[in-house]
Amino acid sequence: MRVIVDRLSKTYRDRSGQELVALEGIGLTVEPEEFVAILGPSGCGKSTLLNIIAGLLPATSGGVFFEGQRRPGLPLTATVFQEFALFPWRTVEANVAFGLEELGLPPGERRARVGRCIAMTGLEGFERRYPHQLSGGMRQRVGIARALAVEPAVLLMDEPFSALDAQTRTLMMEELLAIWERTRTAILYVTHNIQEAVYMADRVVVLSRRPGRVLDVVPVELKRPRVETQLGEPAFVHAVDRIWSLIKVEAKQAILEPQP
Amino acid sequence: MSGPERIAVEDRTRFLERHEHRLLRAMALVGLIVLWEVVTRAGWVRPLFLPAPSAVLEELLAMARSGLLGVHLWASLTRLLWGFGAGAAAGVSVGVAIGFFSRAEAVGQPLIAATFPIPKIALLSLLILWLGIGEASKVTVIALGVFFPMAINTYAGVRQADSLLIRAAVSFGAERWSVIRKVIVPSALPMIFAGLKLGAGTALLLLVAAEMIGAESGIGFLVLQSGNLNETTQLMVGLVVLSALGVLSSWSLNWLERLAIPWRHT
Repeated sequence: MRVIVDRLSKTYRDRSGQELVALEGIGLTVEPEEFVAILGPSGCGKSTLLNIIAGLLPATSGGVFFEGQRRPGLPLTATVFQEFALFPWRTVEANVAFGLEELGLPPGERRARVGRCIAMTGLEGFERRYPHQLSGGMRQRVGIARALAVEPAVLLMDEPFSALDAQTRTLMMEELLAIWERTRTAILYVTHNIQEAVYMADRVVVLSRRPGRVLDVVPVELKRPRVETQLGEPAFVHAVDRIWSLIKVEAKQAILEPQP
Repeated sequence: MSGPERIAVEDRTRFLERHEHRLLRAMALVGLIVLWEVVTRAGWVRPLFLPAPSAVLEELLAMARSGLLGVHLWASLTRLLWGFGAGAAAGVSVGVAIGFFSRAEAVGQPLIAATFPIPKIALLSLLILWLGIGEASKVTVIALGVFFPMAINTYAGVRQADSLLIRAAVSFGAERWSVIRKVIVPSALPMIFAGLKLGAGTALLLLVAAEMIGAESGIGFLVLQSGNLNETTQLMVGLVVLSALGVLSSWSLNWLERLAIPWRHT
């Protein structure tokens, strides 16, 4: 299915009645099988946007639509959270099964799908572990497996690897790309890391600082499947430079501003 | 000519280290009992005030053989288990309700705040007036004593539930009851067990108090009656049994907790 975000705005109002415009007139689309990154400096409302698309936060105006043939019994979105958000009282396999329980899948099919997703994310042998017994990288694999298991129309990823160390992050990016090559699930990937966005996505939606607006949508002209050696290619460097010049000034301002 | 001075770095945190001291641990209780035995054997204290531990043990065995201890223990245990079970179940239900539903919180919180400070023993007279001198008033006062710490702890546990996990559950299609069952209650379990342990102490206290006020059986009754009759050895047996009940309940709650919260202990 196609995701359409149409003139979406979000205004927060704090207790004293002061308004804070987080997002203003956001428009974007994600095509089926497409990998789209949303990139912006801190405080640009990236996570807010993702939460609205996931139905976890109401928009102030505008809306989010899904167009196309809806497959019965399958959810529109599934989210991979930055802080993993695994249920500590559930083992790896029970975490992966969570969404399938809520979908009301019969136990046999549930087990089969859980097994498939655990294999795909490299979690075999860890099925009976609890999240606290896993490293950060393994925990986020569980987060990804849990989201893939429900076979969403679009996979929403909110800075999924930013809590990991640099080496683990690089490895996890490779694995996510490999998974995407196999499943071809559309992905909307929020990040503040330009290289990461360009390396992974077909298109990069660049947001401005508060209020978050779409500054530009930068297409990435790199062949698939992506490999590390492409990081030196002119197309890669060019896209990174273009995005950096778009947000450099705003990123500098972000440093100076006090935290809200 | 000597070279430059060399200063070896020493571990400066050594005085902060803590050890298990297993021997000391075992000796503490044994030592107390031995000292107690010596003091009474030597005749420094009259048995009327402090009978020897050996005499207490002898009496305990005699009471167990005659069936007297069994009668009292059974009466107390029944009250304790009914009261504790009812109070805990009600407390958890109310705690979850006021923690999750804002309307229930609006109604329940002021009511609990107003009634919680009343010492439950003070309610016993009223309960006897309402329910009679029989088992109902005793079980109810124990249930009330357990209810409050359970409700308050469960409420706190529910409020502390990680909102990220709740949102994650919702994002995977969970609705109200699913969220309560699969996120709220498991997050509150550690606090629920803390409440159970608090409640167990309160339950024992209220059990003895209720049995002292109007009962013909039970360990509390045994203690009161023995005191009145200057049967100090029997009184001590009652105290030993109460101590054992307390230790036993705390052990079984710890065991249950490990069983119910495996993700914390593995």
